[in-house]
Amino acid sequence: MSLPTPPSAPYAHSSANVQRTMALVMLALTPSTLYGLYIYGWPAVFLFALTILSALAAEAFSLALRRKPIVMFLGDGSAALSGWLVAATLPPWAPWWVAVLGGLIAIIIGKQIFGGLGQNVFNPAMVARVMLLVSFPVELTRFVDPKPLFSQGAPDFSQSLQIVFGQIEKFDTISSASLLDQIRTVLKQGGDVPGGLAEHYQPMAMLIGDVPGSLGETSALLILLGGLFLLYKRIITWHTPAAMIASIALIAAVMNLIDPARYPGPVYHVLSGALLLGAFFIATDYVTAPVTNTGRLIFGAGAGALVYVIRTWTVFPEGVAFAVLLMNALTPVIDFYIKPRIYGRNRAGEPLPGPDDAG
Amino acid sequence: MSDSYSHIALEGIWTNNIVFTQLLALCPLMAVTDTATNGLGMGIATTAVLAASGATVSIWRHFITQEIRIPALVLIIATLVTLVEMGMNAWMHQMYKVLGLFIPLIVTNCAILGRAETFASRNWLLPAFADGLFMGMGFTIALVSLGAVREILGSGTLFANASYLLGSHFSFLEMTIVPDYKGFLLFVLPPGGFIVLGFLIAGRRIFDDFLFRVLPEPRNDAEDEPEPAGAAQS
Repeated sequence: MSLPTPPSAPYAHSSANVQRTMALVMLALTPSTLYGLYIYGWPAVFLFALTILSALAAEAFSLALRRKPIVMFLGDGSAALSGWLVAATLPPWAPWWVAVLGGLIAIIIGKQIFGGLGQNVFNPAMVARVMLLVSFPVELTRFVDPKPLFSQGAPDFSQSLQIVFGQIEKFDTISSASLLDQIRTVLKQGGDVPGGLAEHYQPMAMLIGDVPGSLGETSALLILLGGLFLLYKRIITWHTPAAMIASIALIAAVMNLIDPARYPGPVYHVLSGALLLGAFFIATDYVTAPVTNTGRLIFGAGAGALVYVIRTWTVFPEGVAFAVLLMNALTPVIDFYIKPRIYGRNRAGEPLPGPDDAG
Repeated sequence: MSDSYSHIALEGIWTNNIVFTQLLALCPLMAVTDTATNGLGMGIATTAVLAASGATVSIWRHFITQEIRIPALVLIIATLVTLVEMGMNAWMHQMYKVLGLFIPLIVTNCAILGRAETFASRNWLLPAFADGLFMGMGFTIALVSLGAVREILGSGTLFANASYLLGSHFSFLEMTIVPDYKGFLLFVLPPGGFIVLGFLIAGRRIFDDFLFRVLPEPRNDAEDEPEPAGAAQS
C-alpha cells in the first residue's frame, strides 16, 4: 500500500491479502509438487492439471449460482490451492474421474455450501480426500514406484493418457504400496516391525521422496523447505506444525520403547505419508484452525496424536486427513475456551487498573 | 368438506411434509434410504402406522386426559407398530429381513407421536385418518426420492430387490441405470444421506420460490382455514 499518509489511523498497512497469501503458499508447495510430477511422470501431470481445472470449474459454477463476482473470487487463488492440495494427496496414477470428483467435492461440498471462502468448517481438500478414500478405497490406495519423466520404462505421453483416461487395470503389474501399507502388511502376516523396516525402509529415500506415495507428499525435505519458507514469510506460525510433529514423534517414541517389535519409531512416523504436508500446509489453514497460538498448539498436538492412533489401530493405513477433519470439528470449542486477552483487560475481560486507580 | 380434505392432502404431501418441511424422522430416513426399495418399504410401514394411529387416537381422544397422553399415545403406537412388524414378517419376509431393526423403531419415530398429539387428538376420526395417510404418503415420497438418488449415485441401480417388497410381478421395476458402475460408497453410507437430503431440501425451496413467483395469487386458505371439518363436533 503506497498511499499517502492517511489523516487518521491505521497508519501502518500490511500488504497481506488473500491473493498474496495463496500465491506464497503455492510457491512453497511448488518444489515438492514439481518433484512429485517429475518422479511419477506424465500421468501425474495430467492428474494434477485435471484436479485444479475441476476445482476452478466448480468454483466458477458455484459463484455463478450464488451470483457472486466470478473473476474476483477465482483470481484470489483459493480454489486453485484447494485443488492443488487435493492433487497432492492423490495417488499419482489415479484415473481421471478421481481427479475431477476430488476438485468438485472440495469446492462444492467442502467450501461453497458453507458460504464460500472463510465460511467452511472443514478443510476442503481434506473433505475431498476423505470422501474419495471412503468411496473408492481401491483407486485411492494404488500407488506406483517412481518412474521419472523421460527415464527408461516410464510411460510416454500417449501411454500416460491411457493410464489416466483409460483402463488402469492394465498397469496393475507395476503398482506398488506405500511404506505405511507395507509395514501393516508385514505386521498382519505375523512379521515384526524391525524385519519389515529392514526390508522396505530407507530413511534417505524417504527424506528425498524417491518412494511410492501420493503425488505431492513423498519428499520430506522439499516439504520442509516449503514449510520453512512459509514460516519465514510469516504466512504460518510455528505452533501448529511443531505441535503436530512433536506430538506424533513423542507418542511414537514412547510406544517404540514399550514394544519395538510392533511400534515403529518416531522418524518413520514423521517422514512417512502425508504428515509433513499436513503439518505445514493443511493443519495451518487460516479458516479451519484456531486463531490463537495456544489454540494452535492444542490443535496440532491433537492432530498428531490422532494420526498416530489412526495409523496404528484402525483399518486405514494413513490418518492425516481424518485427524485434521476431526480437529477441524473441535476448532470452535478450542476457540471458545482459549481466547486472546483483550488489550487493556485481564483474561476474565475486566478492565485493568489504570494509573489513576493505583493511588 | 372436500376442500378441507384437499388441504390435509396438500399439507401432508407437500407444504408440511414430515421430512422436507418439519425435518422430523431423520433417523429412519438416513438409516434405510440406501436404496429406493428400502425407502418404499419403510414408507409403507410408517404410513400404515400413521393412518391407523391417527384413527385410533382420534377415537380415544375424549378418554385420554392431558396428564397421561404421552404414555397412552405411545402405547397405541407401539401396539400398531407391533402389528405392522408381524404382518411384514409374515407377508414380506425378505423385506422384513432387510429393514430389520428399523421396523420396531417406528415406535420412536417422532413424526408419528407428533401427528397424534397435534392433529389426531383434536380431530374427528376421518380427518385424523386422512392426515395420517397423507403425512405417511409425504414421508414415503421423501424416503423414495432420497433412496432413489442415493441408489443411483451409490450403486448405479434403481429399485433393486423390488420383488422382495412387492412380489415377483414387480421385478420389472429393478433397473440398472449405469452398467458396470463401480459404486460410490459415500452415498450408500449415512453421510451421503445427509448430503443428498440437503440438496433435495434446497431443490424443493427453489421449486417453491419458483411457484410463488409464477402463481400470481397464492391460495391463502393455509392461513384462514380453521381446523378441518369435524373439529367443531368435538
